[in-house]
Amino acid sequence: MKFNRIIKTILLVEFLKGFAIAIKEIFKSKKTINYPFEKGKISSRFRGQHALRRYPNGEERCIACKLCEAVCPAQAITIESEPREDGSRKTTRYDIDMVKCIYCGLCEESCPVDSIVQGPNFEFSTETKEELYYTKEKLLENGDRWEQILAENIKADSAYR
Amino acid sequence: MSYLYILFNEVYKILFLLIPILVSVAMIVWLERRVWGFVQKRRGPNVVGPFGLLQTLADALKYIFKEIIIPASANKIIFILAPIVTMSLALIAWAVIPFSEELILSNINVGILYIFAVSSLGVYGIIMGGWASNSKYPFLSSIRSAAQMVSYEVSIGIIIINVLLCVGSLNLKDIVLAQQKVWFIVPLFPMFVIFFISVLAETNRPPFDLPEAESELVAGYQTEYSGMMYAMFWLGEYANILLMCALGSILFLGGWLSPIELYPFTLLPSLFWMIAKILLLFFLFALTKAIVPRYRYDQLMRLGWKVFLPFSLIWVILTASYLYYFGMLPNSI
Repeated sequence: MKFNRIIKTILLVEFLKGFAIAIKEIFKSKKTINYPFEKGKISSRFRGQHALRRYPNGEERCIACKLCEAVCPAQAITIESEPREDGSRKTTRYDIDMVKCIYCGLCEESCPVDSIVQGPNFEFSTETKEELYYTKEKLLENGDRWEQILAENIKADSAYR
Repeated sequence: MSYLYILFNEVYKILFLLIPILVSVAMIVWLERRVWGFVQKRRGPNVVGPFGLLQTLADALKYIFKEIIIPASANKIIFILAPIVTMSLALIAWAVIPFSEELILSNINVGILYIFAVSSLGVYGIIMGGWASNSKYPFLSSIRSAAQMVSYEVSIGIIIINVLLCVGSLNLKDIVLAQQKVWFIVPLFPMFVIFFISVLAETNRPPFDLPEAESELVAGYQTEYSGMMYAMFWLGEYANILLMCALGSILFLGGWLSPIELYPFTLLPSLFWMIAKILLLFFLFALTKAIVPRYRYDQLMRLGWKVFLPFSLIWVILTASYLYYFGMLPNSI
């Protein structure tokens, strides 16, 4: 046993085996995806960038109930509201500080009208911090851009709500 | 006027050598990262340029634009000098490397001694960096590095003596030309293996990367460095690795000689064979980095002093007695 081990050490057997394995692995298929060009599948419950949705007629869904503001554990949401001329209550300000946000998804869960949602977009890094203070316009624009996927996600998840 | 002419001629020649080396250093960094990636079933850098070839260039550009932070307690002059020393020492050794029979910047008679001296000086860059940082991790790292490089240089020196016994000259060109019949890797194979492992230790590569052991010393002597100064350490390190690959191919793999003196092989230029051999050795380096765990420091010292040194000494005696007994000693001795 001892002798065998000495011979093995002198002939670098383990080392050569390692080389052989490494060279074999080189020709095997890659287990990682080619990220910027292909992306992994994202669950319908993925909590990414926030968006404010609209009704099909273009009216914004948010009724300024401020449940999301209240539930937000990081206190990242700031809402101000006023009744409109037609009597409906709408927000005049809806800011999310994306730097504070911890992406817990409680705002999405608390929303009674499916207005604030977290979409599948996770690639919204910016070069300045200011760009991450999202305003109502930015959030509505996000909602318009991702509406199709957001609606599908809510539909897919509706059975469990 | 003629002085100027000579000066410009020399500078031109030096640039003709330096620029390809710096470019190839960038390329081998890419190659190495690709090799690790492939061994670990990843893709490695493949976005910047074709196959990610320009990745290192992008990294270097990033380093250039980064701020250089000099710690308040650091010894400023030595701190700045350290990466410059490391890089320039790694580059000046290339002056004597023959790429083919004609392609050699300065064909000095003691080429191998020159390379050995310069690569021994390389430890100064690391010691200076570690000392001047005035911080505990760089300091520990530089102490480790100094001890490690000195220990393994001893066995590399004795391995080189083996080769020199067979050649009878310190000139690198003569060493290559002496291998026309048979490459020294065949008669001196154990020495080649020990040389390869010692060079891993000499250039602080895994499994002997104790000076940069992340788990213990953050980034070793580079901990306090940032921006272009860090990049210069890194360039110097890789230039050194490439130099050691070149030295290995000259000492054992027949330098620019083609493997078989037959028609299709002799058609290729000798420069091609030199580069191919350097790349082959570098590929082995990269593979080694991908597969081996790090040694403990006492294991490293044991291997250097108790295994490699006696073994290579015994081999010197064997080589010398063999050559003497069969009357094969080169004439010049």
